[in-house]
Amino acid sequence: MTPETVIEISHVWKIFGARADVALQAIRDRGLTKAEVLSEFNSVVGVADVSLDVKRGEIFCIMGLSGSGKSTLVRHFNRLLEPTDGKIMIEGTDVMALDPRSLQKFRNEKIGMVFQNFALMPHRSVLDNVAMPLEIRKVPKNERLRQAAAILDIVELGAWGAKFAHELSGGMQQRVGLARALAANPDVLLMDEPFSALDPLIRRQLQDEFIRLSKILKKTTIFITHDLDEAVRIGDRIAIMRDGKMVQVGTAEDIVMHPADDYVADFVAGISRLKVVHAHAVMQPIDAYVSAYGTIAADARRVNASETLSTLINLAIDDENPIIVQDQGADVGVITRADLLRTVIEGTEVS
Amino acid sequence: MVSIDSVEAFFNWAVLNGEALFDAITYVIRIVLDALEVVFVSTPWIVIASIIILLTWLTAGVRMAIYSSAFLAYMGLLGFWEKAMTTLALLGTAACLSILIGIPLGMFAARRPRFYAFIQPIMDFMQTMPAFVFMIPVIAFFGTGKPAAVVTTMIFGGTPVVRLTVLGLRGVPESVREAAISFGANKWYLLTKVDLPLASPSIRAGINQTIMLSLAMVVVASLIGAKGLGEDVLEALQYANVGQGILAGFSILFCAMILDRIVQGGRR
Repeated sequence: MTPETVIEISHVWKIFGARADVALQAIRDRGLTKAEVLSEFNSVVGVADVSLDVKRGEIFCIMGLSGSGKSTLVRHFNRLLEPTDGKIMIEGTDVMALDPRSLQKFRNEKIGMVFQNFALMPHRSVLDNVAMPLEIRKVPKNERLRQAAAILDIVELGAWGAKFAHELSGGMQQRVGLARALAANPDVLLMDEPFSALDPLIRRQLQDEFIRLSKILKKTTIFITHDLDEAVRIGDRIAIMRDGKMVQVGTAEDIVMHPADDYVADFVAGISRLKVVHAHAVMQPIDAYVSAYGTIAADARRVNASETLSTLINLAIDDENPIIVQDQGADVGVITRADLLRTVIEGTEVS
Repeated sequence: MVSIDSVEAFFNWAVLNGEALFDAITYVIRIVLDALEVVFVSTPWIVIASIIILLTWLTAGVRMAIYSSAFLAYMGLLGFWEKAMTTLALLGTAACLSILIGIPLGMFAARRPRFYAFIQPIMDFMQTMPAFVFMIPVIAFFGTGKPAAVVTTMIFGGTPVVRLTVLGLRGVPESVREAAISFGANKWYLLTKVDLPLASPSIRAGINQTIMLSLAMVVVASLIGAKGLGEDVLEALQYANVGQGILAGFSILFCAMILDRIVQGGRR
């Protein structure tokens, strides 16, 4: 475990049902499928042999459709669910080894969680809701309300502290949910489809706000979503889950350019590549270009390897000459208008 | 008949062997009953009346306070005051004990489906079995008098508070509980800061129902020696005295309404 790694889980299994252990053994011995496990043991496989690690400050998106086990998986990080098997290390703590009391302390101090349906307490004011983690920590009342008010200001709800949660709109409620998760100043944020219940415009707004906040706070975040667009916008790395299994892990660009299988490819088809794909993924080697078309003009435009596809297209509109890609001062590749067009059409659903 | 004999044999055995238990129950009932009788019967009427009116005012507003003073005046002027207070002490005891037992029982049963499945038929039995049927063994166990009347009332009126406590606690959104747990809440915090506040409307309704059902038992309870308003109704029944029966009946209704508004009022 490198010092950079904050969360490391390995070979986590979760099987729901009375005979989970037997079912797991059978899967290992005989390689049963999810359907076979259901019919034979009346058990549901929620998470199947998932391993991943998350670095400090990283936003790690777990993406999958409903029933893919993503929400189940995230509930293992703070042991809201007990894994059937596997190991979970967070900040060097073996979460599985904690006794109930230490687990409560661990949850309170290390982990903040945001829920899809907000899960605010309707009988309490917004301020009291935000102060809840501190109340559980037994921070004196005045102090915790002061801290909660400061956090509310960060999510721009400072004026709403005295209202009850249900008096706020959905988007505001989720900002309260986020403030509550931040109030305890945890090391890790778990966000379980936080924006899924909101309408598209508000969702976009909250995504932007979250991106802005996470740049300031630099919290290690596990972000669950069923929306690949959202994952691409927010995540540093994305993991795609299907039927409880991890299908692919990588950056947005990895996943868009090199989907691991047809399932992922299907997802990726709808994603606009313009902001996701960068110059180094589009370019062809200089040698290959030179042997096919001859030398490149010395005054050709040069771009950095990390320029996005949309910038490149804008450059290519004005001038059809090839563009040279640079990485740390050295010329590493070349991009023609044809390369750009090919990249765009490959990633677009034509039918 | 063999079956009748065996049931009787069982109850005889219970009477003989359960004496200590029944004495203990009687003792507890006596303590509460005596305390409430001091409050209601021995305190001068003006004090009690003022407190009741003040309480209704605080919980249900001015209008209800005016109504309740009219109700109290009705009882006072028609000579039902003392009997009404005796009734309140008796049924108050039954309701208090029902609530004191019922809410913790409901809290215990709410997250234990098998235990609840076990007590549910017992509660059905308590609520539907005609009072006259279980009065017979109750008299055998407790003799006639006020403790027996309290027990009978509790058997009939004690179940709604359990049921509605369970209902209320089960209605607490799982997501809110999960959120509290995810922030490190322990069981005590979960119970006192999440479950009970969120279930409280339902629990209040349960308390209210228990009080109402207890009052409905007032006439039956007077059959086994509880004094009070029920006695008047019973007497009117025996002599076919329509006027007395109706007047006493209204007193019972007014007691119920005042209590109901005091308990319900806080809900708004």
